[in-house]
Amino acid sequence: MNGIIKKNKDKSSEIIMPASHEPESSRSLRLESTGAVFENSRSDNHFYRIRCEGITKVYPGVVANDQVSLAIQPGEIHALLGENGAGKSTLMKILYGVTQPDSGHIWFDGQPQPLKSPAHARRLGIGMVFQHFSLFETLTVVENIALSMDKREAGSLKDLARRIEEISSHYGMPIDPHRHVHSLSTGERQRVEIIRCLVQDISLLILDEPTSVLTPQEVSSLFATLRKLAAEGCSLLFISHKLQEVKALCDRATVLRHGKIAGTCDPKTTSTEDMASMMVGSQTTLGQRYSFSSNKVEDKRLAVQGLTEAALGDFGTALQDIHFSVKPGEILGIAGVAGNGQKELIQLLSGERLATSPDFITLDDQAIGKLTPGKRRRLGMAVVPEERLGRGAVPDMSLSENGLLTGFLQNLVSRGFLRQRRIHGFANDVISNFRVKAHGNLADAKSLSGGNLQKFIIGREILQNPKLLICASPTWGVDVGAANLIHQSLIDLRDKGTAIVVLSEDLDELFQVSDRIGALCHGKLSPVKPVTETSINEVGQWMAGVFTNPESEASEQAYALPRGVEPEMEQNIQEKEFTP
Amino acid sequence: MDMDLITNILFAMVRTGTPLLLVALGELVCEKSGVLNLGQEGMMLMGAVIGFIAAITTGSLIFGVIMSLIVGMAMALLFGLLVIQLRANQVATGLALTIFGAGLSAYVGTDYIGQALAGFQPVLIPLLSDIPVLGKALFSQDILVYCSLGIALAIWLFFRFSRPGLVVKAIGESPHSATAVGLPVILTRWLALLFGGAMAGLGGAYLSLAYTPLWAEGMTAGRGWIALALVVFASWKVERVLLGAWLFGLASIMHLVLQGMGASISSNLLATLPYLATIIVLVLLSSNQSRSRLLAPMSLGKPYHPTG
Repeated sequence: MNGIIKKNKDKSSEIIMPASHEPESSRSLRLESTGAVFENSRSDNHFYRIRCEGITKVYPGVVANDQVSLAIQPGEIHALLGENGAGKSTLMKILYGVTQPDSGHIWFDGQPQPLKSPAHARRLGIGMVFQHFSLFETLTVVENIALSMDKREAGSLKDLARRIEEISSHYGMPIDPHRHVHSLSTGERQRVEIIRCLVQDISLLILDEPTSVLTPQEVSSLFATLRKLAAEGCSLLFISHKLQEVKALCDRATVLRHGKIAGTCDPKTTSTEDMASMMVGSQTTLGQRYSFSSNKVEDKRLAVQGLTEAALGDFGTALQDIHFSVKPGEILGIAGVAGNGQKELIQLLSGERLATSPDFITLDDQAIGKLTPGKRRRLGMAVVPEERLGRGAVPDMSLSENGLLTGFLQNLVSRGFLRQRRIHGFANDVISNFRVKAHGNLADAKSLSGGNLQKFIIGREILQNPKLLICASPTWGVDVGAANLIHQSLIDLRDKGTAIVVLSEDLDELFQVSDRIGALCHGKLSPVKPVTETSINEVGQWMAGVFTNPESEASEQAYALPRGVEPEMEQNIQEKEFTP
Repeated sequence: MDMDLITNILFAMVRTGTPLLLVALGELVCEKSGVLNLGQEGMMLMGAVIGFIAAITTGSLIFGVIMSLIVGMAMALLFGLLVIQLRANQVATGLALTIFGAGLSAYVGTDYIGQALAGFQPVLIPLLSDIPVLGKALFSQDILVYCSLGIALAIWLFFRFSRPGLVVKAIGESPHSATAVGLPVILTRWLALLFGGAMAGLGGAYLSLAYTPLWAEGMTAGRGWIALALVVFASWKVERVLLGAWLFGLASIMHLVLQGMGASISSNLLATLPYLATIIVLVLLSSNQSRSRLLAPMSLGKPYHPTG
């Protein structure tokens, strides 16, 4: 991580750093290089691209934004930090005109602007890259982009396609404008989102957790794109949970806590620990490595042998000859960018999809590949699926009922009749042990914030003392405080002798909790190594598909860098070496 | 089978298929925007009865057609108030609309049962109508048949080449994404729905002003339902709706043809053919998840909450 910062300082900090803390000399240099846009800033020391003051937004029962103020200068990369539910999304929606604040003022390019709608915001030059892409899968890239523009702006699809190609090559984001979006990878879809903003001459780009779906390599190339944009004078509002990325990329950071400004800082000079404590309001350990497994037994609790399954539909991924095993009291981490077979692997492990051969998956030497989820649970397996609402929990059912859904073996049912008191008791146990913030056990699952629901789901599985826990993206979209709690619970469960498989896109997380680690790419599993014998760099390479299958050690030399990874990025990644 | 018989079958096939085509085209646009309107039968009946009354009262067939368009839109307006504005369940509301339309049209039309009207007469298109077989089937029809072909072409061009067509498709796929990029979801759905209503009214008017120029209670005889099935059968493609409408038209006159040829198959059994075909297509569509994802409007039938 340090490497990125250093590189940034060496090469381009004169250009990226905001005017307020730049020496006079470098400032004039930027003015020359970017032209007329900055004439304003020369005459007015307090020229801001966007400034908002006293923004307050109240939803029933919660003050989402309370007197929030924020100011971003031209060419500045500004981070917006905060836990889930801290009010980041609300502020972001207000700045993009999706939601109207109850009170407060916004100035854009010095003019007071009530942002009435996203269309209005776009006309002013505000672009937004959503966390959940707002793309139409059945349409092509160029059609998608045309739809977000005025008819006159868009012109003919042919001209627009040419513009898209120009922009994509200028900013190093290769994309074919005529491909259908459903055939694009997540990283490519994000590029489409960014290009969609860039075709419209924007001067402020808002990015909502843009790195959560990318490989480290893709993150590096995204950052290169964003730096280039900033150097050309575009302001960026970068929303992220990942403090180290904020440190590497951003000039300033505004931290929100419970809807209020907790402070602003220069992320380059502020330690991640300090920023984290601003976010959560207490000294939180961050990125610390948890203890390693002390188990020396060589049993195999879960063994996956030669798991090979065809892809289901055009959107699925085929799994090819996957081998791994997990011992009791051990956490196996499986990294990988979404869409590389995690979903399929989880479904096959949980029993949601049955394997073609029962022997592909064994639990304590019993072949379970053809057993249904219920039968697997009876054998001591527990699963935390990827989607919280819809797979992990039923949105419209209460927490008690959701607890019963997988906790039915915890003596909650007697001869087919529900034992209401025990059911509520079980839900209450989960709520209190895992500090789930909810209005009691009768609250609907959908009324909980993502982090709290995740705590509930994980708690529900852990309290059943499983022999084997399959856990997908345990802390996806979860704030630092909850993430620490979830990680500690996983470690505690492991120390009780449970075998745990964690699938996650977050490498830092996997390096914090796993004992051994591997990565999925295109449905193949990389070698699995103890965490102490590998590095974030190596796993990042695995995620990009650079590995020889351990089964066939045919041509190790044949694997050079994957296409699209520039030597420079490669260097960045190596400098991002993991240090426990 | 001699040439004349084939010609006559094709002629009848196009005539029978036209009301299906009109209604299905309207519903196709409506469903593409994500609104499922099961009230087609009710809207058709209202279009048929009001069109007939207007035409017989004023003596103007064109006025009858215009009134049927308006009443179709009025029915759609009622539906839209419930499902778009108040976000009622589209399936239940659609069924209610059908029952409502059937009852109201029977009430309004009581005094007009048995009255006769000189309906739309065939208009021969010079030269083209002299082509053997096809000339009679396609170019010796009444004006509403030509309209249906024109509208089919217009809608095909609309979805193929126009930006508004793209907007409708996008909104039908994901109204939330559409809102995020600033497309007018509610307005678009309203327009698509009203267009669908007008087309259903026109389909009804075709029955009471051209196909069999009279009013009889429940005269649509399930054509609204066939049209709905047809949209699915055609997997939301305009060209397939056109062919499907004629195919369904052929299926529904098949018993006459077969009886004419001396075969004895129950007409009721033959009348089930369109539905059977639809079920088969539905099964084929949904058996392949990715195919149905690419063809069916993904948000079809789901109420849209702008904030959620």
